[in-house]
Amino acid sequence: MTASVPAGGRIDKRVASAAEAVAGVPDGATVLVGGFGEVGVAATLIDALVEQGPTDLTVVANNAGAGDRGVAALLRAGRVRRIICSYPRSRGSTWFERRYAEGSVELEVVPQGTLSERIRAAGAGVPAFYTRTGVGTELAAGKEARTIGGREYLLEFALPGDIALIRARRGDSWGNLAYHATARNYAPTMAAAAGLTIAEVAEPVGEPGALDPELIVTPGIYVDRLLHVPPATGSAR
Amino acid sequence: MTERTGAPSGLRPWALDQVAVHVARDLPPGSYVNIGIGLPTLVPGQIPAGRDVVLHSENGMLGLGPPPAPGVADPDLIDAGKNPATLVAGGSYFSHAEAFVMIRGGHLDIAVLGAFQVSQDGDLANWSMPGEKLPAVGGAMDLAAGARRVVVLTRHVARNGTPKLVARCSYPLTARQAVSRVYTDLATMDVAGGRFVVVESAPGLDPGYLRQVTGGAVDWAAAGPPPGGAPDDAAGQRR
Repeated sequence: MTASVPAGGRIDKRVASAAEAVAGVPDGATVLVGGFGEVGVAATLIDALVEQGPTDLTVVANNAGAGDRGVAALLRAGRVRRIICSYPRSRGSTWFERRYAEGSVELEVVPQGTLSERIRAAGAGVPAFYTRTGVGTELAAGKEARTIGGREYLLEFALPGDIALIRARRGDSWGNLAYHATARNYAPTMAAAAGLTIAEVAEPVGEPGALDPELIVTPGIYVDRLLHVPPATGSAR
Repeated sequence: MTERTGAPSGLRPWALDQVAVHVARDLPPGSYVNIGIGLPTLVPGQIPAGRDVVLHSENGMLGLGPPPAPGVADPDLIDAGKNPATLVAGGSYFSHAEAFVMIRGGHLDIAVLGAFQVSQDGDLANWSMPGEKLPAVGGAMDLAAGARRVVVLTRHVARNGTPKLVARCSYPLTARQAVSRVYTDLATMDVAGGRFVVVESAPGLDPGYLRQVTGGAVDWAAAGPPPGGAPDDAAGQRR
């Protein structure tokens, strides 16, 4: 999988369709899905991924989807083999609960800050880190423990993705992104942690210079493809 | 808490809103505080007007404000309980990872959490019931391990009548030796020296009854004498 190659020497990461945006995602891929609850979920990209058809996916997300869109759409279509998340149980998480009950989806529950830090570590080239979180709990089972400075810590491993699907408010053709309110959540972290990062952007994607460089949150180096998806059709809520 | 065999006839447990007042009273001006889901969500409404306590929401904001008025909610703005939210002037947005840097890095002054059980050693169980089919941990372990001070707001006794303040937690742990203070409808207690040390008690509470409904060791005397004969102070007996 490679990012779209700039044509004519100029960088332009914009794609014209959702199908083009998610082209090339293989079976068995690990997909990082941005969003906290339904806020910040790239629902249009996920719909396109369902349409495109890869299966046996590992999904990494804060939640396990609710309603019929977002992660729930992948679960409904039977494309998910494994979910790594922090809080799968929520209002309307019926597709996850059904797939989990029938045994078709494995679940790995991760403390929320550890989940974020494992993704951050992957993007930062840090293979593992020690954390206090989870010490003395059943989620410490099987994890290497180490005492540093008189306190006990657990070793947690980086969690990279093959693909990241994120949503932003504004972007430019170089892939620079800015967000709105709490819809930012996992997006900047996941953007850096995946081999191929695909963003849907609520406002029309501008030319380089369209965004104030002081206010860019995700630099374009982390982003490979951008699709303009207006809010009415874009977010899961 | 409806049946309380042997409860002193004059006992008047605090309403949960009053317990939230007790928590809010102890949040220092200028402190950065995370409010957990469940009963702790009663606390923000009780913070005295004019006192700047900055609320942290782990999905990525400092300066969580009150719920929005109907019809003006920003669909991109929610709190960690996934409810519509607002941001106060001076507030900020950041990534989820940064929100947990604040927690894990020891920058958060206080976390106010709910609990299934708290042990006399400060162990906290608040994420999973035994035999739960679908585990879900959320940010509970990160907050309990990372916040500089962890306090718990809970009913003193579970709905089925069993103590929630115990000698040892029987439910899966969230963190060991994490809780500094417990606020209940019967008492405010510091967790210190392997005991629940009473610092304030509800009107009409006596030490014998408190020991009866508490599973762990209770230190009633350490902070002051037992109440006298006039337990009608609505604010309780603060010692």
